[in-house]
Amino acid sequence: MAEPERLLVMIGVIARLLRGLRHVAVGASSPVPAAAALVARELGRGRPTVSILGSETSNPFTDGGRELFDCAAQGRLDAFFLSGAQIDATGAVNLLGLGEPGRMRRRFMGNFGAPYLASLVPNVILFRTDHGVRTLVEKVDFVTAPGVEGRWLVTDRAVFRRQAGRLRLVSWHAGEMAETVRAATGFAFETAHDAGETPGLEAAAAAQLRGPVGAVLREVYPAFAAQLT
Amino acid sequence: MTATPAELAALIPDGATLALAPDYSGCSLATIRELVRKGASGLRLVGLPQLGLQADLLIAAGCVAGVETAAISLGELGLAPAFDRAWRAGSVTVTESTCPAIHAGLTAAEKGVSHLPLAGVIGSDLVGLRPDWRLGPDPFTGEPGLLVPAIRPDFLLFHAAVADRSGNVWIGVRRELMLAAHAARRTLATVEEVVAHDLLADDLWAAGTIPALYVERVATAPAGAAPVGLRNRYGPDRAWLAAYAEAARDPASCKTFIDAWLRDG
Repeated sequence: MAEPERLLVMIGVIARLLRGLRHVAVGASSPVPAAAALVARELGRGRPTVSILGSETSNPFTDGGRELFDCAAQGRLDAFFLSGAQIDATGAVNLLGLGEPGRMRRRFMGNFGAPYLASLVPNVILFRTDHGVRTLVEKVDFVTAPGVEGRWLVTDRAVFRRQAGRLRLVSWHAGEMAETVRAATGFAFETAHDAGETPGLEAAAAAQLRGPVGAVLREVYPAFAAQLT
Repeated sequence: MTATPAELAALIPDGATLALAPDYSGCSLATIRELVRKGASGLRLVGLPQLGLQADLLIAAGCVAGVETAAISLGELGLAPAFDRAWRAGSVTVTESTCPAIHAGLTAAEKGVSHLPLAGVIGSDLVGLRPDWRLGPDPFTGEPGLLVPAIRPDFLLFHAAVADRSGNVWIGVRRELMLAAHAARRTLATVEEVVAHDLLADDLWAAGTIPALYVERVATAPAGAAPVGLRNRYGPDRAWLAAYAEAARDPASCKTFIDAWLRDG
Protein backbone atom coordinates (compact mmCIF):
# COMPACT_ATOMS: atom_id res chain seq x y z
CA MET A 1 0.00 0.00 0.00
CA ALA A 2 0.96 3.61 -0.51
CA GLU A 3 2.75 5.91 1.92
CA PRO A 4 0.53 7.28 4.71
CA GLU A 5 0.68 10.83 3.29
CA ARG A 6 -0.77 9.65 -0.01
CA LEU A 7 -3.50 7.67 1.75
CA LEU A 8 -4.48 10.82 3.64
CA VAL A 9 -4.80 12.73 0.36
CA MET A 10 -7.04 9.94 -1.00
CA ILE A 11 -9.18 10.06 2.13
CA GLY A 12 -9.57 13.83 1.70
CA VAL A 13 -10.59 13.52 -1.97
CA ILE A 14 -13.17 10.82 -1.32
CA ALA A 15 -14.57 12.56 1.78
CA ARG A 16 -15.19 15.70 -0.33
CA LEU A 17 -17.00 13.64 -3.00
CA LEU A 18 -19.38 12.32 -0.34
CA ARG A 19 -20.50 15.70 0.98
CA GLY A 20 -24.26 16.15 1.07
CA LEU A 21 -25.14 12.51 0.38
CA ARG A 22 -27.66 10.68 2.58
CA HIS A 23 -26.39 7.11 2.72
CA VAL A 24 -22.95 5.72 1.94
CA ALA A 25 -21.95 2.08 2.26
CA VAL A 26 -18.46 0.61 2.45
CA GLY A 27 -17.81 -2.98 1.42
CA ALA A 28 -15.10 -5.51 2.12
CA SER A 29 -11.39 -4.70 1.90
CA SER A 30 -12.01 -0.94 1.62
CA PRO A 31 -10.08 0.82 4.38
CA VAL A 32 -9.48 4.13 2.55
CA PRO A 33 -13.17 4.55 1.64
CA ALA A 34 -14.16 3.56 5.18
CA ALA A 35 -11.94 6.30 6.59
CA ALA A 36 -13.24 8.83 4.06
CA ALA A 37 -16.89 7.99 4.67
CA LEU A 38 -16.45 8.28 8.44
CA VAL A 39 -14.65 11.62 8.04
CA ALA A 40 -17.50 12.85 5.82
CA ARG A 41 -20.03 11.72 8.43
CA GLU A 42 -18.23 13.45 11.30
CA LEU A 43 -17.73 16.70 9.36
CA GLY A 44 -21.35 16.50 8.13
CA ARG A 45 -22.62 16.10 11.71
CA GLY A 46 -23.98 12.63 11.18
CA ARG A 47 -24.80 12.91 7.49
CA PRO A 48 -24.30 10.80 5.40
CA THR A 49 -25.31 7.69 7.27
CA VAL A 50 -22.37 5.31 6.89
CA SER A 51 -22.71 1.53 6.72
CA ILE A 52 -19.45 -0.37 7.04
CA LEU A 53 -19.53 -4.06 6.29
CA GLY A 54 -17.96 -6.00 9.15
CA SER A 55 -18.30 -3.21 11.71
CA GLU A 56 -20.31 -3.63 14.89
CA THR A 57 -20.35 0.08 15.67
CA SER A 58 -20.93 1.66 12.22
CA ASN A 59 -23.56 -0.52 10.64
CA PRO A 60 -27.24 0.42 10.87
CA PHE A 61 -28.58 -2.69 9.12
CA THR A 62 -30.80 -5.13 11.01
CA ASP A 63 -31.94 -7.48 8.23
CA GLY A 64 -28.75 -9.38 7.49
CA GLY A 65 -26.43 -9.39 4.51
CA ARG A 66 -29.18 -8.85 1.94
CA GLU A 67 -30.31 -5.48 3.31
CA LEU A 68 -27.48 -3.49 1.71
CA PHE A 69 -28.34 -4.95 -1.67
CA ASP A 70 -32.06 -4.41 -1.26
CA CYS A 71 -31.30 -0.79 -0.32
CA ALA A 72 -29.26 -0.36 -3.50
CA ALA A 73 -31.95 -1.74 -5.80
CA GLN A 74 -34.51 0.61 -4.28
CA GLY A 75 -32.35 3.71 -4.67
CA ARG A 76 -31.75 4.08 -0.93
CA LEU A 77 -27.96 3.96 -1.28
CA ASP A 78 -26.17 7.00 -2.72
CA ALA A 79 -22.55 5.88 -2.88
CA PHE A 80 -20.39 2.79 -2.81
CA PHE A 81 -16.71 2.03 -3.48
CA LEU A 82 -14.99 -0.47 -5.72
CA SER A 83 -11.38 -1.35 -6.24
CA GLY A 84 -10.12 -4.03 -8.55
CA ALA A 85 -7.13 -6.09 -9.49
CA GLN A 86 -7.48 -4.21 -12.76
CA ILE A 87 -9.23 -0.95 -13.58
CA ASP A 88 -9.33 0.06 -17.23
CA ALA A 89 -9.54 3.18 -19.39
CA THR A 90 -13.36 2.99 -19.48
CA GLY A 91 -13.65 2.67 -15.70
CA ALA A 92 -14.50 -1.03 -15.83
CA VAL A 93 -13.21 -3.07 -12.88
CA ASN A 94 -11.97 -6.64 -12.57
CA LEU A 95 -12.11 -8.18 -9.11
CA LEU A 96 -11.98 -11.81 -10.18
CA GLY A 97 -8.65 -12.68 -11.74
CA LEU A 98 -6.11 -12.47 -14.54
CA GLY A 99 -6.23 -14.33 -17.82
CA GLU A 100 -9.05 -15.53 -20.02
CA PRO A 101 -12.43 -15.90 -18.25
CA GLY A 102 -13.01 -19.57 -17.43
CA ARG A 103 -9.28 -20.34 -17.71
CA MET A 104 -7.70 -17.75 -15.45
CA ARG A 105 -4.06 -18.02 -14.41
CA ARG A 106 -4.55 -16.10 -11.17
CA ARG A 107 -7.63 -15.61 -9.04
CA PHE A 108 -8.25 -12.89 -6.47
CA MET A 109 -10.91 -12.88 -3.74
CA GLY A 110 -13.97 -12.80 -5.97
CA ASN A 111 -16.58 -10.44 -7.37
CA PHE A 112 -18.33 -9.70 -4.05
CA GLY A 113 -21.39 -7.50 -4.71
CA ALA A 114 -19.72 -5.42 -7.40
CA PRO A 115 -21.55 -6.77 -10.50
CA TYR A 116 -24.81 -5.68 -8.90
CA LEU A 117 -23.96 -2.52 -6.99
CA ALA A 118 -22.02 -0.96 -9.87
CA SER A 119 -25.16 -0.69 -11.98
CA LEU A 120 -27.60 0.28 -9.20
CA VAL A 121 -25.74 2.83 -7.04
CA PRO A 122 -25.59 6.35 -8.54
CA ASN A 123 -22.14 7.28 -7.16
CA VAL A 124 -19.65 4.44 -7.41
CA ILE A 125 -16.15 5.69 -6.58
CA LEU A 126 -13.23 3.57 -7.81
CA PHE A 127 -10.07 3.48 -5.72
CA ARG A 128 -6.66 1.90 -5.91
CA THR A 129 -3.85 2.42 -3.40
CA ASP A 130 -1.08 1.16 -5.71
CA HIS A 131 -1.41 3.10 -8.95
CA GLY A 132 0.69 1.28 -11.58
CA VAL A 133 0.78 -0.03 -15.14
CA ARG A 134 -0.31 -3.52 -14.09
CA THR A 135 -3.39 -2.35 -12.18
CA LEU A 136 -4.51 0.52 -14.45
CA VAL A 137 -4.81 -1.14 -17.85
CA GLU A 138 -6.28 -0.37 -21.26
CA LYS A 139 -8.76 -3.23 -21.01
CA VAL A 140 -9.63 -5.50 -18.07
CA ASP A 141 -9.29 -9.29 -18.52
CA PHE A 142 -12.70 -9.81 -16.88
CA VAL A 143 -15.49 -7.26 -16.53
CA THR A 144 -16.73 -7.62 -12.98
CA ALA A 145 -18.55 -4.33 -13.53
CA PRO A 146 -18.53 -2.07 -16.60
CA GLY A 147 -17.65 1.62 -16.37
CA VAL A 148 -20.19 4.41 -16.59
CA GLU A 149 -19.98 8.07 -17.50
CA GLY A 150 -19.01 10.48 -14.71
CA ARG A 151 -17.38 7.79 -12.57
CA TRP A 152 -14.43 8.85 -10.36
CA LEU A 153 -11.18 6.97 -9.85
CA VAL A 154 -9.02 7.97 -6.88
CA THR A 155 -5.52 6.48 -6.60
CA ASP A 156 -2.44 7.17 -4.51
CA ARG A 157 -1.06 9.30 -7.37
CA ALA A 158 -4.02 11.06 -8.95
CA VAL A 159 -7.75 11.59 -9.49
CA PHE A 160 -9.53 10.68 -12.74
CA ARG A 161 -13.12 11.03 -13.94
CA ARG A 162 -14.75 9.35 -16.91
CA GLN A 163 -15.88 11.69 -19.68
CA ALA A 164 -16.69 10.79 -23.31
CA GLY A 165 -16.13 7.11 -22.65
CA ARG A 166 -12.68 7.25 -21.02
CA LEU A 167 -11.07 8.22 -17.75
CA ARG A 168 -9.55 11.71 -17.83
CA LEU A 169 -6.93 13.10 -15.43
CA VAL A 170 -8.51 15.63 -13.07
CA SER A 171 -5.70 16.20 -10.56
CA TRP A 172 -2.38 14.79 -9.37
CA HIS A 173 -1.23 14.53 -5.77
CA ALA A 174 1.70 16.51 -4.30
CA GLY A 175 4.95 15.05 -5.63
CA GLU A 176 3.41 14.02 -8.97
CA MET A 177 2.91 15.74 -12.34
CA ALA A 178 0.77 14.81 -15.34
CA GLU A 179 3.89 13.20 -16.85
CA THR A 180 4.71 11.03 -13.83
CA VAL A 181 1.09 9.91 -13.63
CA ARG A 182 1.17 9.06 -17.34
CA ALA A 183 4.34 6.99 -16.93
CA ALA A 184 2.71 4.99 -14.12
CA THR A 185 -0.58 4.36 -15.97
CA GLY A 186 -1.26 1.48 -18.36
CA PHE A 187 -3.83 3.36 -20.45
CA ALA A 188 -3.63 6.56 -22.48
CA PHE A 189 -5.63 9.47 -21.11
CA GLU A 190 -6.42 13.11 -21.71
CA THR A 191 -5.89 15.76 -19.06
CA ALA A 192 -8.80 17.98 -18.05
CA HIS A 193 -8.22 21.60 -19.09
CA ASP A 194 -8.47 22.79 -15.48
CA ALA A 195 -6.39 19.94 -13.99
CA GLY A 196 -3.99 20.77 -11.14
CA GLU A 197 -2.61 19.51 -7.89
CA THR A 198 -5.02 17.62 -5.61
CA PRO A 199 -5.87 19.60 -2.46
CA GLY A 200 -4.51 17.98 0.69
CA LEU A 201 -6.48 16.62 3.62
CA GLU A 202 -8.13 19.46 5.55
CA ALA A 203 -7.01 19.98 9.17
CA ALA A 204 -10.56 19.32 10.41
CA ALA A 205 -10.59 15.98 8.59
CA ALA A 206 -7.17 15.04 9.95
CA ALA A 207 -8.42 15.75 13.47
CA GLN A 208 -11.34 13.39 12.92
CA LEU A 209 -8.95 10.65 11.79
CA ARG A 210 -6.95 11.05 15.01
CA GLY A 211 -10.17 11.00 17.04
CA PRO A 212 -13.49 9.18 16.59
CA VAL A 213 -12.82 7.92 13.05
CA GLY A 214 -9.60 6.28 14.16
CA ALA A 215 -11.45 4.35 16.84
CA VAL A 216 -13.85 2.80 14.30
CA LEU A 217 -11.01 2.05 11.90
CA ARG A 218 -9.11 0.20 14.63
CA GLU A 219 -12.13 -2.07 15.02
CA VAL A 220 -12.51 -3.04 11.35
CA TYR A 221 -9.09 -2.36 9.79
CA PRO A 222 -6.51 -2.52 12.59
CA ALA A 223 -3.45 -2.86 10.32
CA PHE A 224 -4.56 0.08 8.20
CA ALA A 225 -5.37 2.20 11.25
CA ALA A 226 -1.91 1.54 12.66
CA GLN A 227 -0.33 2.60 9.37
CA LEU A 228 -2.17 5.95 9.34
CA THR A 229 -1.08 7.05 12.79
CA MET B 1 -30.36 -32.15 25.88
CA THR B 2 -27.73 -30.49 23.79
CA ALA B 3 -25.30 -32.31 21.56
CA THR B 4 -21.55 -31.95 21.14
CA PRO B 5 -19.83 -30.44 18.10
CA ALA B 6 -18.60 -33.93 17.21
CA GLU B 7 -22.19 -35.15 17.14
CA LEU B 8 -23.14 -32.30 14.81
CA ALA B 9 -20.25 -33.11 12.50
CA ALA B 10 -21.32 -36.75 12.43
CA LEU B 11 -24.71 -35.71 11.00
CA ILE B 12 -23.11 -34.11 7.93
CA PRO B 13 -22.42 -36.80 5.32
CA ASP B 14 -19.63 -36.65 2.77
CA GLY B 15 -20.73 -34.83 -0.39
CA ALA B 16 -23.29 -32.62 1.38
CA THR B 17 -23.82 -28.98 0.43
CA LEU B 18 -23.00 -26.93 3.50
CA ALA B 19 -23.82 -23.24 3.90
CA LEU B 20 -21.27 -21.31 5.98
CA ALA B 21 -21.26 -17.74 7.22
CA PRO B 22 -18.45 -15.26 6.59
CA ASP B 23 -16.05 -14.52 9.44
CA TYR B 24 -18.07 -11.51 10.70
CA SER B 25 -21.28 -13.51 11.15
CA GLY B 26 -21.50 -16.77 13.14
CA CYS B 27 -18.81 -19.39 12.49
CA SER B 28 -18.89 -22.76 14.24
CA LEU B 29 -15.16 -23.41 14.19
CA ALA B 30 -15.77 -25.98 16.94
CA THR B 31 -17.74 -28.10 14.45
CA ILE B 32 -15.39 -27.36 11.54
CA ARG B 33 -12.63 -28.86 13.69
CA GLU B 34 -14.72 -32.01 14.12
CA LEU B 35 -15.42 -32.22 10.38
CA VAL B 36 -11.66 -32.12 9.78
CA ARG B 37 -11.09 -34.63 12.55
CA LYS B 38 -13.56 -37.14 11.12
CA GLY B 39 -12.04 -36.80 7.64
CA ALA B 40 -15.08 -35.30 5.91
CA SER B 41 -14.80 -35.26 2.12
CA GLY B 42 -16.54 -34.03 -1.00
CA LEU B 43 -18.30 -31.15 0.79
CA ARG B 44 -19.80 -28.43 -1.40
CA LEU B 45 -19.67 -25.12 0.44
CA VAL B 46 -22.07 -22.22 -0.08
CA GLY B 47 -20.88 -18.80 1.13
CA LEU B 48 -23.39 -16.57 2.94
CA PRO B 49 -22.54 -14.81 0.68
CA GLN B 50 -18.76 -15.12 1.02
CA LEU B 51 -16.41 -17.60 2.66
CA GLY B 52 -13.55 -17.14 5.08
CA LEU B 53 -11.44 -19.10 7.51
CA GLN B 54 -13.89 -22.02 7.93
CA ALA B 55 -13.74 -22.76 4.21
CA ASP B 56 -9.97 -22.42 4.00
CA LEU B 57 -9.45 -24.84 6.90
CA LEU B 58 -11.81 -27.41 5.35
CA ILE B 59 -10.09 -27.01 1.97
CA ALA B 60 -6.64 -27.30 3.56
CA ALA B 61 -7.74 -30.58 5.15
CA GLY B 62 -9.04 -31.97 1.85
CA CYS B 63 -12.71 -31.97 2.91
CA VAL B 64 -14.07 -29.87 0.02
CA ALA B 65 -14.99 -30.65 -3.60
CA GLY B 66 -16.49 -27.29 -4.56
CA VAL B 67 -17.58 -23.83 -3.47
CA GLU B 68 -20.32 -21.46 -4.58
CA THR B 69 -19.51 -18.00 -3.32
CA ALA B 70 -19.28 -14.29 -4.05
CA ALA B 71 -15.73 -14.26 -2.68
CA ILE B 72 -13.33 -16.23 -0.50
CA SER B 73 -10.60 -14.60 1.56
CA LEU B 74 -9.07 -14.09 4.98
CA GLY B 75 -10.26 -10.48 5.02
CA GLU B 76 -7.50 -7.99 5.78
CA LEU B 77 -5.00 -10.87 5.76
CA GLY B 78 -5.58 -11.38 2.05
CA LEU B 79 -6.25 -14.39 -0.15
CA ALA B 80 -7.34 -17.68 1.42
CA PRO B 81 -4.08 -19.63 0.96
CA ALA B 82 -5.35 -23.22 0.93
CA PHE B 83 -8.20 -22.30 -1.39
CA ASP B 84 -5.77 -20.53 -3.72
CA ARG B 85 -3.58 -23.62 -3.88
CA ALA B 86 -6.59 -25.92 -4.49
CA TRP B 87 -7.94 -23.60 -7.17
CA ARG B 88 -4.60 -23.62 -9.00
CA ALA B 89 -4.46 -27.42 -8.77
CA GLY B 90 -8.06 -27.70 -9.98
CA SER B 91 -8.99 -29.82 -6.98
CA VAL B 92 -11.84 -27.53 -5.89
CA THR B 93 -14.48 -26.36 -8.36
CA VAL B 94 -15.66 -22.76 -8.06
CA THR B 95 -19.16 -21.60 -8.94
CA GLU B 96 -18.61 -17.86 -9.16
CA SER B 97 -21.41 -15.69 -7.81
CA THR B 98 -22.15 -12.27 -6.39
CA CYS B 99 -23.57 -11.48 -2.95
CA PRO B 100 -27.14 -10.55 -3.99
CA ALA B 101 -27.45 -13.60 -6.29
CA ILE B 102 -26.78 -15.85 -3.32
CA HIS B 103 -29.24 -13.92 -1.15
CA ALA B 104 -31.82 -14.17 -3.98
CA GLY B 105 -31.21 -17.89 -4.45
CA LEU B 106 -31.68 -18.51 -0.73
CA THR B 107 -34.78 -16.30 -0.71
CA ALA B 108 -36.25 -18.35 -3.57
CA ALA B 109 -35.63 -21.53 -1.57
CA GLU B 110 -37.14 -19.87 1.51
CA LYS B 111 -40.30 -19.15 -0.49
CA GLY B 112 -40.39 -22.58 -2.07
CA VAL B 113 -40.12 -21.21 -5.63
CA SER B 114 -37.66 -22.24 -8.33
CA HIS B 115 -36.04 -18.85 -8.94
CA LEU B 116 -36.12 -15.11 -8.33
CA PRO B 117 -35.46 -12.14 -10.60
CA LEU B 118 -32.42 -10.04 -9.66
CA ALA B 119 -31.70 -6.39 -10.44
CA GLY B 120 -28.32 -5.23 -11.76
CA VAL B 121 -25.57 -7.69 -12.77
CA ILE B 122 -26.39 -7.61 -16.52
CA GLY B 123 -23.30 -6.11 -18.18
CA SER B 124 -20.91 -8.08 -15.97
CA ASP B 125 -18.92 -10.97 -17.47
CA LEU B 126 -20.12 -12.96 -14.45
CA VAL B 127 -23.35 -13.71 -16.34
CA GLY B 128 -21.29 -15.63 -18.93
CA LEU B 129 -19.81 -17.85 -16.20
CA ARG B 130 -23.28 -18.97 -15.04
CA PRO B 131 -25.06 -21.14 -17.64
CA ASP B 132 -27.65 -21.94 -14.96
CA TRP B 133 -28.78 -18.28 -14.84
CA ARG B 134 -31.48 -17.15 -17.29
CA LEU B 135 -31.65 -13.89 -19.22
CA GLY B 136 -34.89 -12.61 -20.67
CA PRO B 137 -37.32 -9.70 -20.66
CA ASP B 138 -39.19 -8.94 -17.45
CA PRO B 139 -42.79 -9.99 -18.20
CA PHE B 140 -44.18 -6.89 -16.45
CA THR B 141 -41.87 -4.13 -17.67
CA GLY B 142 -40.25 -5.62 -20.77
CA GLU B 143 -36.85 -4.53 -19.43
CA PRO B 144 -33.91 -6.98 -19.67
CA GLY B 145 -34.05 -9.32 -16.72
CA LEU B 146 -31.94 -11.89 -14.92
CA LEU B 147 -33.34 -14.95 -13.15
CA VAL B 148 -31.29 -16.92 -10.62
CA PRO B 149 -32.23 -20.41 -9.43
CA ALA B 150 -33.11 -21.30 -5.85
CA ILE B 151 -30.21 -22.33 -3.59
CA ARG B 152 -31.28 -25.02 -1.12
CA PRO B 153 -28.26 -26.20 0.90
CA ASP B 154 -28.41 -29.60 2.56
CA PHE B 155 -27.11 -28.03 5.77
CA LEU B 156 -26.61 -24.68 7.45
CA LEU B 157 -23.96 -24.77 10.16
CA PHE B 158 -23.38 -21.74 12.39
CA HIS B 159 -22.40 -20.55 15.84
CA ALA B 160 -24.39 -18.12 17.99
CA ALA B 161 -24.36 -16.74 21.51
CA VAL B 162 -27.48 -18.24 23.04
CA ALA B 163 -30.02 -21.04 22.64
CA ASP B 164 -32.77 -22.16 24.97
CA ARG B 165 -33.70 -25.64 26.13
CA SER B 166 -36.26 -25.99 23.33
CA GLY B 167 -33.62 -25.47 20.66
CA ASN B 168 -34.55 -21.90 19.70
CA VAL B 169 -31.34 -20.08 18.72
CA TRP B 170 -30.80 -16.34 19.16
CA ILE B 171 -28.83 -14.71 16.31
CA GLY B 172 -29.53 -11.03 16.98
CA VAL B 173 -29.06 -8.96 13.81
CA ARG B 174 -27.19 -11.70 11.91
CA ARG B 175 -30.28 -12.37 9.87
CA GLU B 176 -28.45 -13.94 6.93
CA LEU B 177 -28.46 -16.92 9.29
CA MET B 178 -32.26 -16.70 9.56
CA LEU B 179 -32.56 -16.62 5.77
CA ALA B 180 -30.18 -19.54 5.39
CA ALA B 181 -31.99 -21.53 8.08
CA HIS B 182 -35.26 -20.99 6.22
CA ALA B 183 -33.62 -22.09 2.97
CA ALA B 184 -31.55 -25.08 4.14
CA ARG B 185 -32.96 -28.58 4.51
CA ARG B 186 -31.29 -29.05 7.92
CA THR B 187 -29.77 -26.54 10.34
CA LEU B 188 -27.13 -27.31 12.96
CA ALA B 189 -25.89 -24.76 15.49
CA THR B 190 -23.36 -24.45 18.26
CA VAL B 191 -23.86 -21.84 20.98
CA GLU B 192 -21.90 -20.29 23.80
CA GLU B 193 -24.57 -21.18 26.35
CA VAL B 194 -28.04 -22.64 26.76
CA VAL B 195 -30.29 -20.45 28.89
CA ALA B 196 -33.15 -21.59 31.10
CA HIS B 197 -35.76 -19.08 29.86
CA ASP B 198 -37.88 -19.45 26.69
CA LEU B 199 -36.40 -17.18 23.99
CA LEU B 200 -39.77 -16.93 22.24
CA ALA B 201 -41.56 -15.68 25.37
CA ASP B 202 -40.03 -12.17 25.18
CA ASP B 203 -40.23 -10.16 21.94
CA LEU B 204 -36.81 -8.60 22.63
CA TRP B 205 -35.29 -12.04 22.23
CA ALA B 206 -37.84 -13.57 19.86
CA ALA B 207 -37.29 -10.97 17.12
CA GLY B 208 -33.71 -12.18 16.74
CA THR B 209 -34.34 -15.86 17.25
CA ILE B 210 -34.43 -18.76 14.79
CA PRO B 211 -37.30 -20.94 16.01
CA ALA B 212 -36.51 -24.56 16.84
CA LEU B 213 -38.88 -25.44 13.98
CA TYR B 214 -35.92 -24.89 11.65
CA VAL B 215 -33.12 -26.17 13.89
CA GLU B 216 -32.32 -29.87 13.99
CA ARG B 217 -29.61 -29.98 16.68
CA VAL B 218 -27.88 -27.53 19.00
CA ALA B 219 -24.51 -28.18 20.62
CA THR B 220 -22.90 -26.22 23.43
CA ALA B 221 -19.43 -24.97 22.49
CA PRO B 222 -17.99 -22.17 24.64
CA ALA B 223 -15.66 -20.01 22.51
CA GLY B 224 -16.94 -22.09 19.58
CA ALA B 225 -16.33 -19.26 17.09
CA ALA B 226 -12.68 -18.80 18.09
CA PRO B 227 -10.40 -17.75 16.48
CA VAL B 228 -12.63 -15.58 14.23
CA GLY B 229 -14.69 -14.26 17.14
CA LEU B 230 -18.36 -13.70 17.90
CA ARG B 231 -20.19 -10.37 17.76
CA ASN B 232 -20.59 -8.70 21.17
CA ARG B 233 -18.87 -11.64 22.91
CA TYR B 234 -15.22 -11.94 21.94
CA GLY B 235 -13.07 -10.59 19.15
CA PRO B 236 -10.85 -12.35 16.65
CA ASP B 237 -7.54 -13.86 17.76
CA ARG B 238 -5.48 -11.76 15.39
CA ALA B 239 -2.17 -13.41 16.24
CA TRP B 240 -3.61 -16.87 15.49
CA LEU B 241 -5.13 -15.68 12.22
CA ALA B 242 -1.88 -14.04 11.09
CA ALA B 243 0.05 -17.20 11.97
CA TYR B 244 -2.41 -19.31 9.96
CA ALA B 245 -2.27 -16.95 6.96
CA GLU B 246 1.51 -17.33 6.95
CA ALA B 247 1.69 -21.08 7.65
CA ALA B 248 -1.03 -22.02 5.15
CA ARG B 249 0.96 -20.67 2.21
CA ASP B 250 3.07 -23.82 2.25
CA PRO B 251 1.40 -27.29 2.23
CA ALA B 252 3.76 -28.83 4.79
CA SER B 253 3.62 -25.98 7.32
CA CYS B 254 -0.15 -25.76 6.72
CA LYS B 255 -0.53 -29.39 7.72
CA THR B 256 1.64 -28.90 10.81
CA PHE B 257 -0.46 -25.89 11.80
CA ILE B 258 -3.77 -27.71 11.37
CA ASP B 259 -2.49 -30.78 13.25
CA ALA B 260 -1.62 -28.49 16.17
CA TRP B 261 -5.08 -26.87 15.95
CA LEU B 262 -6.71 -30.32 16.14
CA ARG B 263 -4.57 -31.26 19.16
CA ASP B 264 -5.42 -28.05 21.01
CA GLY B 265 -9.19 -28.45 20.97
